[in-house]
Amino acid sequence: MADNTEGRVPTVIADDVHIVYRVNAGGGGKGSATAALSKIIRRKGDAPGVRRVHAVRGVSFTAYRGEAIGLIGSNGSGKSTLLRAIAGLLPCESGKVYTDGQPSLLGVNAALMNDLTGERNVMLGGLAMGMSREQIRERYQDIVDFSGINEKGDFISLPMRTYSSGMAARLRFSIAAAKDHDVLMIDEALATGDRKFQIRSEERIRELRKKAGTVFLVSHSNSSIRDTCDRVLWLEKGELLMDGPTEEVVSAYEKETGGH
Amino acid sequence: MSDTTHDGALATSKPPSADEGLSPAELAKKYGLSVSGARPSLPEYVRQLWGRRHFILAFSRAKLVAQYSQAKLGQVWQVATPLLNAVVYWLIFGLILGAGREMPEGVYVPFLMMGIFVFTFTQSSLMAGVRAISGNLGLVRALHFPRASLPISFSLQQLQQLLYSMVVVFIIAVSFGNYPKLSWLLVIPTLALQFVFNTGLAMIFARLGSKTPDLAQLMPFVMRTWMYASGVMFPIAAYLKDQPAWISDVLLWNPVAIYMDLIRFALIDDYAASNLPPHVWAFAVGWAVVIGLGGFVYFWKAEERYGRG
Repeated sequence: MADNTEGRVPTVIADDVHIVYRVNAGGGGKGSATAALSKIIRRKGDAPGVRRVHAVRGVSFTAYRGEAIGLIGSNGSGKSTLLRAIAGLLPCESGKVYTDGQPSLLGVNAALMNDLTGERNVMLGGLAMGMSREQIRERYQDIVDFSGINEKGDFISLPMRTYSSGMAARLRFSIAAAKDHDVLMIDEALATGDRKFQIRSEERIRELRKKAGTVFLVSHSNSSIRDTCDRVLWLEKGELLMDGPTEEVVSAYEKETGGH
Repeated sequence: MSDTTHDGALATSKPPSADEGLSPAELAKKYGLSVSGARPSLPEYVRQLWGRRHFILAFSRAKLVAQYSQAKLGQVWQVATPLLNAVVYWLIFGLILGAGREMPEGVYVPFLMMGIFVFTFTQSSLMAGVRAISGNLGLVRALHFPRASLPISFSLQQLQQLLYSMVVVFIIAVSFGNYPKLSWLLVIPTLALQFVFNTGLAMIFARLGSKTPDLAQLMPFVMRTWMYASGVMFPIAAYLKDQPAWISDVLLWNPVAIYMDLIRFALIDDYAASNLPPHVWAFAVGWAVVIGLGGFVYFWKAEERYGRG
């Protein structure tokens, strides 16, 4: 840490980021068709029937290479939204996010299809994350072994809808964790499954962290934040309440929420 | 507890460095960081898409397979669905309404089938396009890929679906006495051009549908009107011979009618070139290029905005 002054290379810079969701609140308010129609006629400002949800309000920070940053805050405080904006998946209303390389969210749930076999889902999920076919073929066996799907018979050649929820979650995590990332973002509650699998996936996350330049972790578990992060951002109602070393911020957060 | 809402500098208490006092934009420039989620240039976009070709193909196949995986007969429905569809239209328009009385029965049945399959190809590509972004927001918000992968993938799925239907078409053509000959090869360039046209259309409606999901409700009515105006179940020229000539010209030059008539001309012996409008190939290519390229550029222009909910 001697060359702290010159050696710190920024990997993610958020500059006054605002994110607004527009929700077509079809059922909200007066739900009748005539009410919806009159709303369209008396339109002002936004499109008719649209409600704006200001999820992130003016967040700025700079993340450096080698940092592991935790995001904490109560439900709906904008943590996951902020991660998506950093990954470039949600457009900012105003402000900008600058990144080094392509940050990626750990997760492939949306690309997988329940009607396909586990085998095909491994292929599809890998391709969706941007891996090449050769890379997937190379890691295919590792993915299947890691998921432990085949421990109870040949399940990988059955459609995913026949899996138990735990098995499906394990396969999803195994696919998602198969790729190396520059800037890695992990949303909480990824490591599901039985105790044995949880330990294995925690190990895998630690491995991924070592290879990644910068890691963001969203979690409600203060102990896992303390274990893995050296810096913490505390978000509340979309605003950055605090940004600092883990111990300082987590203790303040615990005091506020009445934790122990 | 320190309030660091403004810049986060005091909490980390780092020693002053050369970077101190730089604005975020200047800092980003110094270390070569790029704006996250910015729209790439058009050539770069094409390059990224090419890099994702395996994903596009795998996604379209997966969708196709998943479609019938719960059914007992499974993939048999790929062929059975278009066939049953055609039988229904033949019952109503052929037998009950007698829309084909201008031509011999041996021409009308393949005429009708080809019309339906070719029109369905465009119709389902467009409808899939409307929901390509708005129906896959989860995917768009979770993973990185050029968004055009989705509408392209959906039109590819429809193309594969059409190839199954073409098997039915070939069987019907042969069973009504039209045997394979060289002109059958014209099917390949025709379907290729129609595929490009459809993909462009799907991309245009993917962008429109991402802003206005209501299009999914509206478009079936537009498509039905389009179907009746394209001569799917009756020969346009014969039905409109009492009307001013420009009306039938306009109807015959509409893209779906052109692709439909080219397929019929290629496969049915007694469907003469006189049924085709003048400059038919120029129009077939023109529609594909204008809508294909135009749709692609139009879609790309909003690339960074897809996924905003």
